[in-house]
Amino acid sequence: MTLTATHELAIDIGGMPILVRTDNAEFAALLEDRYGSFIHVPSSDRIFSLDIDLIPPRTILEDEDVSVRLESGRWIITRGDFRAEFDPGSGHGWIRQSANPYSIDGVLRILHSLFLAREGGFLVHAASAVRNGRAFLFAGVSGAGKTTLSRLAPPDTEVLTDEISYVRPSTEPRPLGSGYVAFGTPFAGELARIGANLRAPLVALYLLVQGPKNRIEPVEPAEAARAVLRNILFFAHDEELVGLVFQSVFDFVARVPVQRLVFTPDARVWELIV
Amino acid sequence: MNPVYPARSKQVAARMLGGEMMIMSPTDTTLFNLNDVGSAIWNAADGRTSLDEIVARLCDEFDVTPEAARHDAETFVEELAAHGILHLSDQPAAPAEAGRQESK
Repeated sequence: MTLTATHELAIDIGGMPILVRTDNAEFAALLEDRYGSFIHVPSSDRIFSLDIDLIPPRTILEDEDVSVRLESGRWIITRGDFRAEFDPGSGHGWIRQSANPYSIDGVLRILHSLFLAREGGFLVHAASAVRNGRAFLFAGVSGAGKTTLSRLAPPDTEVLTDEISYVRPSTEPRPLGSGYVAFGTPFAGELARIGANLRAPLVALYLLVQGPKNRIEPVEPAEAARAVLRNILFFAHDEELVGLVFQSVFDFVARVPVQRLVFTPDARVWELIV
Repeated sequence: MNPVYPARSKQVAARMLGGEMMIMSPTDTTLFNLNDVGSAIWNAADGRTSLDEIVARLCDEFDVTPEAARHDAETFVEELAAHGILHLSDQPAAPAEAGRQESK
């Protein structure tokens, strides 16, 4: 008879811990390594939970897109490499996947995008960093320079992520800055390094464009909204939540200064970010 | 030709920003930016106002010929209807239903 011990890890992103359970010690160790400072000791607080059902690896068709839909009150999340279900009522769900870090990473991004949709927040394709206690976002598609800018960050700057930023309205009674908070995420791009597990009041969002000279340019509000909408990560086919995210983006651009950062790959660009 | 009554979908997210009306289809997340004429049609699409009346208003408000206004309005409402943003009916909406549309 084989006894299996359940390994529990709380992966805390954006102040919303998700307790992950697996019977596989090697996979638990892999997750500890993958999520680093985002792993917390499970507490007695009510948190979300996910049971991981590991299955043998199988051939994945690359064109199997992610699907997120609500069925009978449960989120059904599928991609070529995993299937997951999550009950928003109980806060509990499960993932069936092989022993790799990419599948659970995808599920975590999707779950957080769902949680944030009802809180006026969102995940956005943007690098983010904290300097002098203030957070800055740098939004752009692949190739816009998110990783380059992150690599050029000076020593007094903490990179929250070079790929996917986590933003939501502050819950402080008297929030600083724009009223939004940016959180570090373990969702890394080409930098291949998890972000600092920090939070800081968000003071500005820059739309990244590479150019011959470092400068900041004004952006019209409608253009700002379009640009943020283009970079939002949202996967669910759910009309109510899509509408909420749309409204959240407009609330965001009404409160957070959005400008264009034209930059040349040179550390001096950070002289503009103060 | 039968009259057409365009009505804004209740599911649609719409916001005016910097003088631009922006609307998003919640079904396929297509984003539309409406110009002045598009915004005028959108605002008039209450389910009780026929497309003929909307075209007449466009001719009053904008420097446009009736033929051009009709062509633009028909193309516009058909495109938005294809994305589920507007509903087209050959009957005016009942007052209660139209009231719900306006309360959006």
